[in-house]
Amino acid sequence: MDRSEEAKLRVARQFIEAIPHARALGMQLDRLHDGVAEISMPYDLRLVGDPRTGVIHGGAVSALMDTCCGAAVMSHPEAPAGTATIDLRIDYMRAATPGQRITARAACYHVTRTVAFVRATAHDEDDARPVASATGAFTIERPHEGAKP
Amino acid sequence: MTPPPTNSRKRPEPVQVVKSRRDAALRALVSGVPYIQFLGIRFDRRGDELTAELPFDEKLIGNPLLPALHGGATAAFLEVTAIIELSWTLLWEDMEAGRIDPASLDPLHLPRLPKTIDFTVDYLRSGLPRDAYARARVNRSGRRYASVHVEAWQDNRARLVAQGTGHFLMPPVGLVPGRDD
Repeated sequence: MDRSEEAKLRVARQFIEAIPHARALGMQLDRLHDGVAEISMPYDLRLVGDPRTGVIHGGAVSALMDTCCGAAVMSHPEAPAGTATIDLRIDYMRAATPGQRITARAACYHVTRTVAFVRATAHDEDDARPVASATGAFTIERPHEGAKP
Repeated sequence: MTPPPTNSRKRPEPVQVVKSRRDAALRALVSGVPYIQFLGIRFDRRGDELTAELPFDEKLIGNPLLPALHGGATAAFLEVTAIIELSWTLLWEDMEAGRIDPASLDPLHLPRLPKTIDFTVDYLRSGLPRDAYARARVNRSGRRYASVHVEAWQDNRARLVAQGTGHFLMPPVGLVPGRDD
């Protein structure tokens, strides 16, 4: 990673980590480049969905996936001014292992003038077996075209 | 002419007894899940109908400039509402048939929760920094799979903020609450 890439990542990291809900879940931006994002969050007892097993609630995994997909859209070379989720589908393949960090990886694989299409997966510390996968459509907000420079 | 009441028909229980039993069952279902407490979600019960409530909190914000609720918080709210509604319908049947005594339920001795297979969220409007509400409907509940639809709104019931559909794997039937197998 060269210096300007590092600077970009630092700015993006501050941006993501300043989102109150992302901060509440302890999200951390690990990688961001050309429509690909990686965000992780630590295991946290407050996010448990089943007290008997200690497994993190699917909703928290959804929040991580949504944030990561949004970050992937924002980092796309088309450089949208903003984005919002249109729809997001999450498939839960297995329970995340209690105690382990969860990492989401999202790729914005296609954009039109108005819509971005994103795929993502989430893993715990076992990288070979995904915990969940997601597909979503996001809006592309263009900078105000009529606006004066 | 109506026949005289027979001995086989039991006298209805006092309303307060029924209510407190149902409220205890709902409390046991909801209070034991840390993530529901973390988000601050509460459930309001009218008979068997549940309405979930997500009181606004700063930590639910996803876009501080607008400001708007985080899409992930909205998704989580819908998913929690869907799972609790589905669990509640299962618990309700067992409770009303007398197969489960809600007094024996605590967070660690609950019937198993359904597991989410997949969940799709449609974002219809940006979530405002206010309280949100949601209601779920179990459209199909089979022995192994269930399909649940859920809608969330804020100020106006007709103007949905988001809707979701999820598929769930049903817990195995006939498990004694608390038994770990």
